[in-house]
Amino acid sequence: MDVSIKILRYDPESDRKGHWENYIVDAEPEERILDLLHKIKWFEDGSLSFRKSCAHGVCGSDAMVINGENMLACQVLVKEVGNSLKIEPIRGLPVVKDLIVDMEPFFDSYKKVMPYLINEKEPGDRERLQSPEDRDRFEDTTKCILCAACTTSCPVFWTAESYVGPAAIVNAHRFVFDSRDEGSKQRLEILKDVNGAFRCRTAFNCTSACPRGIQVTKAIEDIKRETLLNN
Amino acid sequence: MKVIKHSFDGVIVGAGGAGLRAAIEAAPHMKLAVITKLYPTRSHTGAAQGGMSAALANVEEDNWNWHAFDTVKGSDYLADQPAVDILCKEAIDAVIELEHWGLPFSRLDNGKIAQRRFGGHTVKEGTSPAFRACYAADRTGHMILQTLYQKCVSMGVTFFDEFQVLDIKIEDGICQGVVAYELATGDIHIFETRAVTFATGGFGKIFKVSSNAHSLTGDGPGILYQKGIPLEDMEFYQFHPTGIYRLGILLSEAARGEGGILRNKDGERFMERYAPSIKDLAPRDMVSRAIATEISSGNGAGPDSDYVYLDLTHLGAETIKKKLPDITDFVRTYVKIEPIEEPIPVQPTAHYAMGGIPTDVNSRVLSDEKGTVLPGVYAAGEAACVSVHGANRLGTNSLLDIVVFGKRAGQSMVDYVTQTKPNQLSDNASNDLTKKITNLIEKEHTNEFSVAKIRKDLQDSMEENAKIFRTKETLEKQTEILEELRERYENVTIYDKGKVHNSELVEAIELDYLLDMSEATVSSALARNESRGAHSRQDYPHRDDTNFMKHSFAFKNDNSANLKYRDVELGKYEPMERKY
Repeated sequence: MDVSIKILRYDPESDRKGHWENYIVDAEPEERILDLLHKIKWFEDGSLSFRKSCAHGVCGSDAMVINGENMLACQVLVKEVGNSLKIEPIRGLPVVKDLIVDMEPFFDSYKKVMPYLINEKEPGDRERLQSPEDRDRFEDTTKCILCAACTTSCPVFWTAESYVGPAAIVNAHRFVFDSRDEGSKQRLEILKDVNGAFRCRTAFNCTSACPRGIQVTKAIEDIKRETLLNN
Repeated sequence: MKVIKHSFDGVIVGAGGAGLRAAIEAAPHMKLAVITKLYPTRSHTGAAQGGMSAALANVEEDNWNWHAFDTVKGSDYLADQPAVDILCKEAIDAVIELEHWGLPFSRLDNGKIAQRRFGGHTVKEGTSPAFRACYAADRTGHMILQTLYQKCVSMGVTFFDEFQVLDIKIEDGICQGVVAYELATGDIHIFETRAVTFATGGFGKIFKVSSNAHSLTGDGPGILYQKGIPLEDMEFYQFHPTGIYRLGILLSEAARGEGGILRNKDGERFMERYAPSIKDLAPRDMVSRAIATEISSGNGAGPDSDYVYLDLTHLGAETIKKKLPDITDFVRTYVKIEPIEEPIPVQPTAHYAMGGIPTDVNSRVLSDEKGTVLPGVYAAGEAACVSVHGANRLGTNSLLDIVVFGKRAGQSMVDYVTQTKPNQLSDNASNDLTKKITNLIEKEHTNEFSVAKIRKDLQDSMEENAKIFRTKETLEKQTEILEELRERYENVTIYDKGKVHNSELVEAIELDYLLDMSEATVSSALARNESRGAHSRQDYPHRDDTNFMKHSFAFKNDNSANLKYRDVELGKYEPMERKY
């Protein structure tokens, strides 16, 4: 079948602002949107730029706005979105070229929440013990692949770049609720800040956008509650 | 073209598990840079699923010697046994260390790290399948990648993200630095450094149906191969039995470890005929061959009789949800069936290169079959060949390989850097790369010589002629095809002439490496007149220990490779017939 694809293109070397380009691609209903972008790039217009790697939803490279919603291009099939597509870069981060945005501010926010295990105690020469229940407590937020689909779907983030955003909070959650971690106090202090978790207005956009099915808004609520309890 | 110069003691190329583990070891002792063409967390380590083996004995009695026995037997006796001993012995501390750094392993009721069964891993040298694979649901690789990256963030390791190393400078046989292309700007960066580790991963994109990411194009092995460094054991390429039909997306062996069963079109559990004792948990080479044989003898399912079924329907919703959540989601997303209720169409998918850059057990790169060390150059992970996997890697041993030998690469860098003085690299170090790029930019684009067309013909033909079963005839045919493709590649052109994120330019250079990898693979396969592990020659169906108990070393020579050999390092396990 023919799929019509409208892509918001921008080349910093020749364009002053973005413009829409139309393409018609012959596709099977089972193909991924990423496959269609490749057909354009490989056989029609080699200058079309987008990130990609694993092509099955685990590396987090190819988040983009497809028909108005944040998705991974490799995780959506043609038959799910129909034969008329509109594709744009994710919002709230500076566009570098076509569907590629500057991810640095996103990773800077991630690094701010100390996304690593903090525990000064000597662990000994065997594993620390953790009950399956304690392990389950943070299972959901371990799934994050840092694709930025959640953060760039957040209306608060669109207007306030300084907001750490849902992904950073998810990654803080992954450690705050890990029974082996002892760094919660510092992390919650950071998230109590004016640019922290309380900027969230529970729009739930992040939860709908997450390609890994993480209950992002719930994780943010958990962090808010923990911050209050920690006070 | 803008050229920027940097000076470091050490550089690590690639930020998957091996590169990050090396970085953690080296960073405290030197001025270190990690250069990666992706953001670190995009690396393909993150796609590994089922587990990482170590004889922790958390579920049942276990012993690293049994792990070593299984690894050697699984390798069809081509692995170097002293290296396998290191892998299996150090596995235990490696897993514990990852746990200490925060890796969220799944847990047993007593709070210890959970372990599951996996193909080819047994207790007491083959008695029964072993619970040896330490796992975090079916996203163990994701958790390893995340944990190692988190550790690097906590240490303040310096990263050059989305920089692609495309050249190494070796003068008088000693490493002087690397040259990289910055994807976001098109600028060239010279990294003056005396120690370089290549941890660039595999090259599964030489085949059409592959579990590998688009980024796996053999950059590290390609860069060195073009400098005259040989590639070891390239004829041994692993096809994973259970890729999603047509897409090749990996469905972990953990599915069979948890009790999943392979069935042909009649619903028969055919592995009972091929491996009577461990059945569906036989090593990957055997299961892939069994599937290919079922299909070629008319037992395949579907309208084209070209797949078999992975049946999980008897496992129950709870086990699937707890232990195999990701892979069953892949099935729902890409096949649109419910694996709790329906069997999944699967076929073997190109998965893992046992071969690669030759190294010793300290991850030092060897420049010939005699074992001569190339000073200052290291390799680890799938890019390297130690060899611990021999002719066929056991599932879970790759995640082990990256941490055990990644750490050793880091240690070797530290040893070398503390014993040597900073070097200087001239400003014209970038000339070769600048010339390559200028040629691509200046050459007028024609559709006939597009990157994508040459690459597609390469992948289609490798799939047809050099996959699971090979013969002299198919390999000779592929040799001719590769010669034609190489001629076409000499005229390759690109449409995008820009500087910013010109991924077409990068793909053109990567295609050169893919051709190199294919040429080395086919030449090595053609010369090995036997069947061993993943290398299966229908015209030589048996293993030939008299003539081929040896590693191949392929040296680049125009469009093929010159081959030399080194004897396998044996140990306590005598080669015997491989039955399961």
